[in-house]
Amino acid sequence: MAVEPDRLPPVEQRAPGRWQIGTIARIKAETPMVKSFRIELPMWMPHLPGQHYDVRLTAPDGYRAQRSYSVASSPIDEGEIELTIDRLDGGEVSPYFHDVVVEGDQVEVRGPFASYFVWRGESPALLVGGGSGVVPLMAMLRHRRLTMPELPMRLVYSVRGAEDVIYGGELGDDALLTFTREPPEDWSGHTGRIDGSLLQGATSGFDAYTAFVCGSNGFVERAAELLLEAGCEPQRIRTERFGPTG
Amino acid sequence: MNGFVSRGFSGSRRTPEELAERLPPGQYAESGFPVLTAGPTPDVQLDQWRFRVDGMVAEPREWDWEEFRALPFEEVPCDIHCVTKWSKLGTSFGGVSVDVLLEAAEPLEANAMVYSYGGYTTNLPVEDLTDGKAWVVWEHEGEPLPREHGGPARLLVPHLYFWKSAKWVAGIRVVDHDEPGFWEGNGYHNRGDPWKEERYWTD
Repeated sequence: MAVEPDRLPPVEQRAPGRWQIGTIARIKAETPMVKSFRIELPMWMPHLPGQHYDVRLTAPDGYRAQRSYSVASSPIDEGEIELTIDRLDGGEVSPYFHDVVVEGDQVEVRGPFASYFVWRGESPALLVGGGSGVVPLMAMLRHRRLTMPELPMRLVYSVRGAEDVIYGGELGDDALLTFTREPPEDWSGHTGRIDGSLLQGATSGFDAYTAFVCGSNGFVERAAELLLEAGCEPQRIRTERFGPTG
Repeated sequence: MNGFVSRGFSGSRRTPEELAERLPPGQYAESGFPVLTAGPTPDVQLDQWRFRVDGMVAEPREWDWEEFRALPFEEVPCDIHCVTKWSKLGTSFGGVSVDVLLEAAEPLEANAMVYSYGGYTTNLPVEDLTDGKAWVVWEHEGEPLPREHGGPARLLVPHLYFWKSAKWVAGIRVVDHDEPGFWEGNGYHNRGDPWKEERYWTD
């Protein structure tokens, strides 16, 4: 018999859900392949950390392309959202953001959407991110730092090499990094893929935590298996898998 | 519409026209088969596997794997559309029509809650599951359906966004009222018709 889902209370969906035209306020190059875009919104509303926005591009002849991107900023940052976008070669929307968009440009967006992979203050919380899967987790980490810094939350973040670290300047004691390919020269921390000992270290002192796992399908599968092996209940593991979103 | 044009966007990577008309609004063609799941992937053993039609039906039914596989098999060529914007055109699945399953049980009401191993649920009107519109499938493009895509068996409702095609499906419960399933309770549209772009609650 199927297990009843660990259903979260549905939140009132206040999102206008309507398309609006935002203005690119700031662009930050995070890594050679990743940029963050601060977008000012005329119809801004607070999002839940983990939610996403849809972005729509329109060509002069009316042709359109849409993609979804997770919000990286805390809802404390009123009036704006930050979208962090990984440049996918051969993609349609991410290369536009990387190669064309400049500060002051206008972009069409709508959101925030979806209320499952969101952090509503669950405590303790373990965040496990692979590559650009760290983006929605960063919204959680930033929001926690700004609103309830005492709350136990830790980020385990797996990246390939030193130059692939997104939000590098912001990772503090609450973040544990592992480098799967080329760690920085002076690196004395964890290397290789995430494993049980890394997760155990990240959750020391945590009782019955909720895990948020985001990354590629392979990464999420592995992380979820490790968490199950560590005794985390399946209902307490929320995952988001980044498919191709060029 | 609102006349907005994205500066410097020409749309140079468009889907060829003959395929473009098979893409619902806001979708793009994806050649792979991305995996999207809200939690860990359930591991359902075939000897434990059952499929049920229950709830408000004249005769609740249950099949084990062997009995289920003996039901009339159909090959289902189709296009599938994920709410996260990708569509997979010209794919195929194989399994049994939901018509066969429901006829065996005789639904007495008009709504259904589909439930899965692992706890996933999705709600549909019985109408969206009948008349050759829905299947329970165990093959994808001639191969056994991989576990990450819902194997041993998943629901297939290609005319609605793909979250309605519940992976690791365990049964169909006929109910007398409509109630949101998992994603429908978490911000996504109650019906999810891709041609009307019914993605979210407010659409």
